[in-house]
Amino acid sequence: MTAIEEIAPVNLTPARTKSKGMRLTSRKQNNIFGSPIASFFAIVIALVWTIPTFGLFISSIRTPADINNTGWWTFFTNPSFTLENYNTVLFEGSSVTPPLSLYFLNSFAITIPATVFPVVIATFAAYALAWFDFKGRDLLFYTIFAMQVIPLQLALIPLLQLFANGLKIGDATLLPPLGITGTYIPIWIAHTMFAMPIAIFLLHNFLSQIPRELMEAARVDGADAFKTFRMVVLPLSIPAIASFAIFQFLWVWNDLLVGLTFGGGKREIAPLMVRLAELTGTRGGDWELLTAGAFVSIIVPVAVFFALQRYFVRGLLAGSVKG
Amino acid sequence: MRAIKRRSIVLATTSATAFALILTGCSAPSGSGDIPAGCEAYADYQGNSGTEVEIYTTVVSPEAELFQESFTEFEDCTGITINWNGSKEFEAQLPVRVEGGTAPDLAVFPQPGLLAAMAATGKLLPASDAVAASVEANYSPDWKNYGTVDGTFYASPLGANVKSFVWYSPKTFKDNGWDIPTTWDELLALSDKIATTSDVQPWCAGFESGDATGWVGTDWMEDIVLRFGGAEVYDKWVSHEIPFNDPAIVEAIGKAGQILKNPEYVGDVPSIATTSFQTGGAGIVDGSCAMHRQASFIGGILVADQGATIVTPDDTTTEGGITTFYFPGATADDKPALGGGEFIGAFADRPEVQAVQLYLTTPEWNNKKAALGGWFSANLGLDTANVADPVNANAVEILKNATTFRFDGSDLMPAAVGAGSFWKEMTAWVAEDKSDKAVLDAIEASWPK
Amino acid sequence: MWIVTARSPFATVLPNIVLLLVGLVVFVAIIVLIFVLSERTKEKTQNRLKYFVFLGPALLLLIIGLIYPAIRTLYLSFFDARSENFIGLQNYIWAFTQPEILIVLRNTLIWTIVVPIASTTIGLAIAYLTDRMKYAGLVKSLIFMPMAISFVGASIIWKFVYAYQPDPNKEDIGLLSAIFKAIGLTPPNWLLEAPLNTFLLIAVMVWIQTGFAMVVLSAAMKAVPDDIIEASMLDGAKGWARFTRITIPMIWGSVIVVLTTITVTSLKVFDIIRTMTGGNFQTSVIANEMYQQSFRALNYGTGSALAMILFLGVLPLIIFNVRQVRKEREVH
Repeated sequence: MTAIEEIAPVNLTPARTKSKGMRLTSRKQNNIFGSPIASFFAIVIALVWTIPTFGLFISSIRTPADINNTGWWTFFTNPSFTLENYNTVLFEGSSVTPPLSLYFLNSFAITIPATVFPVVIATFAAYALAWFDFKGRDLLFYTIFAMQVIPLQLALIPLLQLFANGLKIGDATLLPPLGITGTYIPIWIAHTMFAMPIAIFLLHNFLSQIPRELMEAARVDGADAFKTFRMVVLPLSIPAIASFAIFQFLWVWNDLLVGLTFGGGKREIAPLMVRLAELTGTRGGDWELLTAGAFVSIIVPVAVFFALQRYFVRGLLAGSVKG
Repeated sequence: MRAIKRRSIVLATTSATAFALILTGCSAPSGSGDIPAGCEAYADYQGNSGTEVEIYTTVVSPEAELFQESFTEFEDCTGITINWNGSKEFEAQLPVRVEGGTAPDLAVFPQPGLLAAMAATGKLLPASDAVAASVEANYSPDWKNYGTVDGTFYASPLGANVKSFVWYSPKTFKDNGWDIPTTWDELLALSDKIATTSDVQPWCAGFESGDATGWVGTDWMEDIVLRFGGAEVYDKWVSHEIPFNDPAIVEAIGKAGQILKNPEYVGDVPSIATTSFQTGGAGIVDGSCAMHRQASFIGGILVADQGATIVTPDDTTTEGGITTFYFPGATADDKPALGGGEFIGAFADRPEVQAVQLYLTTPEWNNKKAALGGWFSANLGLDTANVADPVNANAVEILKNATTFRFDGSDLMPAAVGAGSFWKEMTAWVAEDKSDKAVLDAIEASWPK
Repeated sequence: MWIVTARSPFATVLPNIVLLLVGLVVFVAIIVLIFVLSERTKEKTQNRLKYFVFLGPALLLLIIGLIYPAIRTLYLSFFDARSENFIGLQNYIWAFTQPEILIVLRNTLIWTIVVPIASTTIGLAIAYLTDRMKYAGLVKSLIFMPMAISFVGASIIWKFVYAYQPDPNKEDIGLLSAIFKAIGLTPPNWLLEAPLNTFLLIAVMVWIQTGFAMVVLSAAMKAVPDDIIEASMLDGAKGWARFTRITIPMIWGSVIVVLTTITVTSLKVFDIIRTMTGGNFQTSVIANEMYQQSFRALNYGTGSALAMILFLGVLPLIIFNVRQVRKEREVH
């Protein structure tokens, strides 16, 4: 018991590299990579990467006529500034199309469970696939891996049927109609299902890198599969799980198809993206609304990234460093 | 400032609605029999209070609000709530929802082709007798026919449009001394004259429309086949009794090419494929091009996006005023019309669903909806006086009076062609300068056997 | 004020929040309960129980959500448009005899090669360049931002880059055209010119995926112990040599993961193509054709056949990954 409790909080890096002479000097001090030239290139690439999004931002504060007739860069020589686009998409609405701000709650209510559920279940499976010894383990892992390419669109109809009508084989009812259509539940379940292959694939890569010695030590100490998971695997893989969770959060937040299909056509539970896709209007030309709407929809994912960035830095468990 | 004003208008109308709802909430009839005061016209639809009906459609804001507004009185008087559910993914989502067991109550089909596919699933229900009777009374037999699949009448007509229009600016024409052409030859002569004697580009066009890019090209083809092949050839072409590369169709695409593939007329030909259909006609508003062949509905778009004003042909003074002349055929007397429309069909047979479908076929609703602007239908009871826009009013007259009227052919063809190869090949025809023959051969090859 | 305008949504806000909380609480409660109970069972039972607990939920979800639909798709691919008549291999024959399909296959191949390599290379470069940089966080956040943007948003963003103005008298709203004109060149109609257009669409995907590659690889680099780097410095390894001989081998596992994940994503790409060219101008890929056939032409037979062809595309990737794992095991 005590052995595990000692091992668990140990920093992985020395354990993995088996080096005792880890220097504690700050990385910045021997900063030979961080040469001015390297920094210069990094900044240039970052700027190039940002220009298109910046263009979106500038466009979103211009008037419709300006957007349609002049390039967004002319804003700097001839600035005319309006917040009306934001006002329109966020707060104006009608009974048919409520304002965008109302959809934030739905997006959160969909995204949080649709991130938590698959991350937990996939971590379980990744642990089993990485550390349980059983026949056909590799085959199973690669089958799951291959499922990443199954196009989502093909799974929509059978899944909808399942949620709406239950599951019947012949006359036997294996699952009665669940009566959950029109709630968030089908959306959560669908996202969880579709996330499984990639979640298991990525998390497996992290979990399988946990030093064997740690796992052995836990077993010698009498820990069973459950205790090992709880006391060794989970604490060590929190950064990896967190970083995957961020990606899953982004994917679900930005998803259109699943929310649209499994929402059962109900506005009350539709996520932000569904509304954003309709902002173009029947005529498809309302660029001022789209640019503002698109920018609004970026804010949450970017905030999440900034808030959780330290997990990336702490390291994804860095699946990769071999000792 | 404009925003605030607009918002308060929205607020005013919706809170009025809400207020009305509260009012009628107390008096809304629980059973048939007692009809609230002022609701006598809705006697046929009573007995469904407290129910909800979903209408699934491609129509989203801002048109969606007008539909919802047109339902208000019906909702207040019957206690039925109509949930107008617009999605731009309608075409792909409808089959998914229908197969998946979560079909909407009512669906607005933008094309009879999709209607036929849904009828084939067995999930779309035949229209009720009352709806069928009302459609017979209020629409020409043709329109009932478009909603009929294999002899069963499923879907009642909703909105309509007329395609055989050339949009132009009367002021530009007057200022340059151009006359409205009445025959194909005059049309080409005028185009030549504009090209050689002025800075204005004779034609402008835009085929881009997301994943439906190319439909504008199919409209051109249909209009020309109808003019030079005649109604009989047109029907055979649509039903594939003659091959897609039949000489009559070869002739038609050649005639379309006289305009669309002539750089003297349209400028850079390939960029037609990347110009959106919404902005394709912007040139007639700002005077940079003279003519734009497009359906009646483009007027509303040019008004909203380009600041155009729809005027009558006599109004030659309004800057940015646009109107239409008839897309000419071989002779001035030859005036077949091409149009399109939407159809509404039911996936549920609850009484309130049938009540809503029935209500939408009545002249009362059609007039109410038309009066809200930017919309018309083929309903015979539609009073032209309720259609304010002069082009739409003209279109309504055409729908009522045209001796030869044909429905948008690509919408009637199998989806693999009408929403697939026909669009794609017309796009390649302008974008990649694909030859007339190669285009027609490829479409012919794609026709489902 | 705007609460008034929303008739229905607010009425459902409360039940929705309750559902959200209940959903989360129930889920967590179940997990905790399972662990508490499992840890109390005998070792023998546990050895069986652990498969049910750890693998069971994932497998159940996969079977219902993906395996069953995949089998159904395989089945439908042998049937006609309305899934009524068995037609053998005709859908596959159709797919491989369509003249356009060669272009589609070629494009898919280009996507699955160029996107992973370009995104990973650039991501790796940025991870390396910023590894010890002062404002690395800011630079990385900027590069990561496209990951946070939906396809709906991305297609709008890139419209303002690739837009082409055919009328020489009107101003450009597309950035690329404006740059070309500024330096005295005649801009082409960007999304029209094959094969340029395919690469321009690929650029959008690279723009999005680089952030993913950078984040994963940067984290991997952070985990490379300082003493190894310092030892290599003492050995006299300089910049490039250190990069290729030390850094790359140390993070190779992560590079493979990144390459694989991005390849799968590119294999499935269709939103970008659908929104930007609609698959016209010789830019279509298999996933887009599949969508077109299934949901536009309403031909589930050909759509399913294309999906199965897409599925075959993942085989080389699996073989590649299996080999890498084998190699790694041999080393250990």
